[in-house]
Amino acid sequence: MRPSDRLLVALALAWLALVGCWLHATLRVREANDHRAAAAMVRRLGLTDLALFTEARYTRHPSQADRFAPFQDHPGAVEHFPTGSVVAPPEGP
Amino acid sequence: MTARAWLERQRSLLDYTLASLGRRRAKNLSLLLVYGLVVFAVASTLLLAEALRAEATAALRGAPDVVVQRLQAGRHDLIAAAEVERLAAIRGVERAAGRRWGYLYRPVSKANLTVLVPERFWGSDGEVVIGEGVARVEHLSAGATIYLPTGSGEVLAFTVREVIPPESSRFTTDLLLLSEASFLRLFGAAPDRYTDIALTVPNAREIPKVAEKVLLLLPGARAITRLEMSRTYQSIFDWRSGLVMAMLSAALLAFALVAWDKAAGLSAEERREIGILKAIGWDVSDVLLVKAWEGAVVSAAAFTGGLVAAYLHVFVGSAALFAPVLQGWSTLSPRLHLAPALDGLQLATLFFLTVVPYTVATVVPAWRSATADPDAVMR
Repeated sequence: MRPSDRLLVALALAWLALVGCWLHATLRVREANDHRAAAAMVRRLGLTDLALFTEARYTRHPSQADRFAPFQDHPGAVEHFPTGSVVAPPEGP
Repeated sequence: MTARAWLERQRSLLDYTLASLGRRRAKNLSLLLVYGLVVFAVASTLLLAEALRAEATAALRGAPDVVVQRLQAGRHDLIAAAEVERLAAIRGVERAAGRRWGYLYRPVSKANLTVLVPERFWGSDGEVVIGEGVARVEHLSAGATIYLPTGSGEVLAFTVREVIPPESSRFTTDLLLLSEASFLRLFGAAPDRYTDIALTVPNAREIPKVAEKVLLLLPGARAITRLEMSRTYQSIFDWRSGLVMAMLSAALLAFALVAWDKAAGLSAEERREIGILKAIGWDVSDVLLVKAWEGAVVSAAAFTGGLVAAYLHVFVGSAALFAPVLQGWSTLSPRLHLAPALDGLQLATLFFLTVVPYTVATVVPAWRSATADPDAVMR
């Protein structure tokens, strides 16, 4: 087998893996159920935010936090929670 | 040249390219590794952000249409129960409901819980329903007892009625649900004050107008529409800002370094190789084709490898490597078992941002050497 043939086989396998990922993504029916379960729970409890960052109230509920919350200690205080560096402040109106 | 002859020629060039890459095996393998890692980091970030954004957008369709908060000196303050009636009277509002919720810090588990009174709590007064994360860090299960201190120092005992199923943990992991009477006892809250008021507006097109009317009615208040909640998450997981940008910039800088190193020039050995090829009769176009193939082979391998690894990392491995970054100081974090959401345009952008510059960076210095006199190049 020539080196180029081996490469083509390897590339074909790699692309098959990519197609596999895509198939996996479309066929994950259980996850779709998860989506529905989460949406149903959000509706039932009237939730407003993802519970990803629970360290401070303005990172737990970014959509509900007032604009001063990250700087609550005193005006101009530096935001001290690590999440503040990965979550951008809400956009102005 | 027939198509078959052209194909045969490309295959021969490819054979030569692979042999040439093989001669500098260690260097090329390390390059492939770094390149693949960059694609992996960028793709993982994009896949995670896209999945979280899709999740937030889909689930927040069920969020309240408008949430009305009272502000006091720029801070969120409790709102009088009497306002519920006034807000319900706004044309377009089907119903207004006062909501009670707050936060509770648990010194033992160092976790911040979100305490919420559902509109229709399905347990009795001495019972609570907890999120999957709360059950995990507090070592609780259905039937267990949880002790919560009140503001006055008294300790209340609650029975865990049930644990919310993990399917919705992205939204509910830190929740502690209880009845209104329990909430009032626990926090010593005034019964005639709510945390905020949720409005139901059946016609989505009326929501902005309703929000305007709320502000006319309660000038010091803040009306947060569902669209704004959704937009908050769009902007948090937007690739230009916040989370994605923080991770992306480091990876892109690393990649720029690799590409720069490559574009800055060829090694003496590579220049000699090009000189020899020219001397034995290769065209400039042949040399460039070999180099283009070299760039394409390395980038295609790194791109596919990196992308597949990123997919497995995010959707099979629950984005384990990003967990410490996402968690920050939070003790309670949901398990990121996300539904895959692939954005073709984003992946295509990633492809063109990584594969094309690298291939060009490989060809340009080769072109400079290939157009020079072979004798001068080999010297």
